[in-house]
Amino acid sequence: MSTTRQAAAFELRELSKVYGQGDSEVRALDGVNLRIEPGEFVAIMGASGSGKSTCMNVIGCLDVPTSGRYLFHGVDVTQLDQDQRARLRRAYLGFIFQGFNLLARTTALDNVELPLVYRGVKAAERRERAMGALELVGIADRAHHSPAELSGGQQQRVAIARALVCNPALLLADEPTGNLDSARTADILRLLVDLNRERGLTIAMVTHEPEVASYVKRVVTFRDGRIVDDHPQPEKA
Amino acid sequence: MLLSTILMALREVRRNTMRSLLTILGVVIGVAAVIALVTVGDGATAKVRANIASLGNNLLMVSPEADRRIVNTGVAGKPFKEADVAAITREIAGVEFVSPTSSRGMQAIVGSRNWRTTVTGTTADYLAARGFQVAQGSGVEAALGTQRSVCVLGATPVKNLFGAENPVGQSLRVGRMSCEIIGVLKPKGAGGMGTDNDDLILMPLRTFQQRVAGNHDVTMIFATAREGRSTAGVKSQLEQLLRERRHVRAGEANDFTVRDMQEIIETVSSTTGLLTSLLAAVAAVSLLVGGIGIMNIMLVSVTERTREIGTRMAIGALGSDVLLQFLIEAVTLSSLGGVIGVVVGLLSAVGITSLLSFPFLLSWKMVLLAFAFSAGVGVLFGYLPARKAARFNPIEALRHE
Repeated sequence: MSTTRQAAAFELRELSKVYGQGDSEVRALDGVNLRIEPGEFVAIMGASGSGKSTCMNVIGCLDVPTSGRYLFHGVDVTQLDQDQRARLRRAYLGFIFQGFNLLARTTALDNVELPLVYRGVKAAERRERAMGALELVGIADRAHHSPAELSGGQQQRVAIARALVCNPALLLADEPTGNLDSARTADILRLLVDLNRERGLTIAMVTHEPEVASYVKRVVTFRDGRIVDDHPQPEKA
Repeated sequence: MLLSTILMALREVRRNTMRSLLTILGVVIGVAAVIALVTVGDGATAKVRANIASLGNNLLMVSPEADRRIVNTGVAGKPFKEADVAAITREIAGVEFVSPTSSRGMQAIVGSRNWRTTVTGTTADYLAARGFQVAQGSGVEAALGTQRSVCVLGATPVKNLFGAENPVGQSLRVGRMSCEIIGVLKPKGAGGMGTDNDDLILMPLRTFQQRVAGNHDVTMIFATAREGRSTAGVKSQLEQLLRERRHVRAGEANDFTVRDMQEIIETVSSTTGLLTSLLAAVAAVSLLVGGIGIMNIMLVSVTERTREIGTRMAIGALGSDVLLQFLIEAVTLSSLGGVIGVVVGLLSAVGITSLLSFPFLLSWKMVLLAFAFSAGVGVLFGYLPARKAARFNPIEALRHE
């Protein structure tokens, strides 16, 4: 997997997202400015309802803002229709979720191959690339197990392999350790840190746990739809 | 991509084996019913045609009524006279055998046994015209030209009145008349549409007219065209002659009917064919009902798998990928139903036709049509659930518990 395609940044400009109208209007995002450079590992923090998840959905091209611009490698995502956003997602983004979201009753390998299926990659190459991704996250020996036969930490590793198999420009992690105990949490976070350091993978991770945020290079904190704090932090040894 | 999607669909089907089977049951029953009914119907038609054809392709039946649908019943219409028959023999060279008949359904009694059958008065030509042969007895043909009180039995009355006994020489009562049995006919086997060709008693026409009917009428004439003469040509000659003799004016319709076998075969075939189509149409309705079952279960499946759909969309599936996935699942289900239905239908058709001793005629066109129809049902009823899935908002789908 090469690291050369991460040439440009992800930039939110005066981004707002408003739900409802009139008195019941809720401003989930209120004039957010954020720029993520290639190679960064950003934690997005905040209480629930602070707007961090909405921000994440916009960055992930799953949601569109009410106003403002989102420049994705220089392309304004707010001008794209749903299908074009899906293509963008498929080309540049990888997702991992709190609940892992692996397809049950299919093997780990099949799960990792799935994004390649949607990209029209041939079966033999799919298999090879999926095995490579599983090796990268250190779980190749469980390739033929179904998610039900794996522990939470192992499942999240499979999910990370699935997100990495297409060599994304940005990995979006939504509370990736929310369902894990502290030992597994440390495992997964160390894996993400390694991927960031050694392979230059850009990562944006939503979390509300300060100790999780302590692994990253930069912490962005949301409150009431605004960014109230954005500071780099010294790297953990 | 398509292949992977089909494999994925098959895995989904296998995952819920019981539910999948129940879902496709409607389609299975629909396809099986269509195939079994059409195959059995075609077999029945073929059998009827063969039976009618076995009566003789050159046979003409003349009845004294205008345009009747079914042959061989009672009177009505101005009956023929023996002079008409004589004229046919004299004037139409293409006719080989001519046999006047007068018939009545009657009770035949021997001792304590009785049997209801058709008693026909006729002449010697009848046997040749209808293709009957004498199994036992002698002088039968000569006796039919007299006015003696004698009769000849078909195989069915023999079986029912005498069992294994030899009836020749014994006497039998029909109505108030007693007659001596002088012969027994060889059985011809069952006719088309459940008629029994062997259920008859013959006696001389004169005897029948004097002692049973009490008149000199001829209610039906059987004639055969000579070898090498066209049946249609003889038929039109017959019609012309009878119009003259019955004083039918030019421009008026015939007050009698001449039917040839081909015509009867067509009539009967079109009737059984129509019946088959009607039954098949009813069966096809159950295919549609099966389709609704598939739509129902696909809607359930889409709802159950909301999160999965959201995940697929997040990791790269377009709306069209999701649409295709669920459409293929629906078509896979319904086609599976189609395949099972074809197998079940053909097996039952084989069973039923051999039970009824119909020929088993396999129509590949119909099998393909039934299968294509079942796949079409999948597309038709799978589209709505698939579109629902394709239009999910990925954020809400991912959040769905």
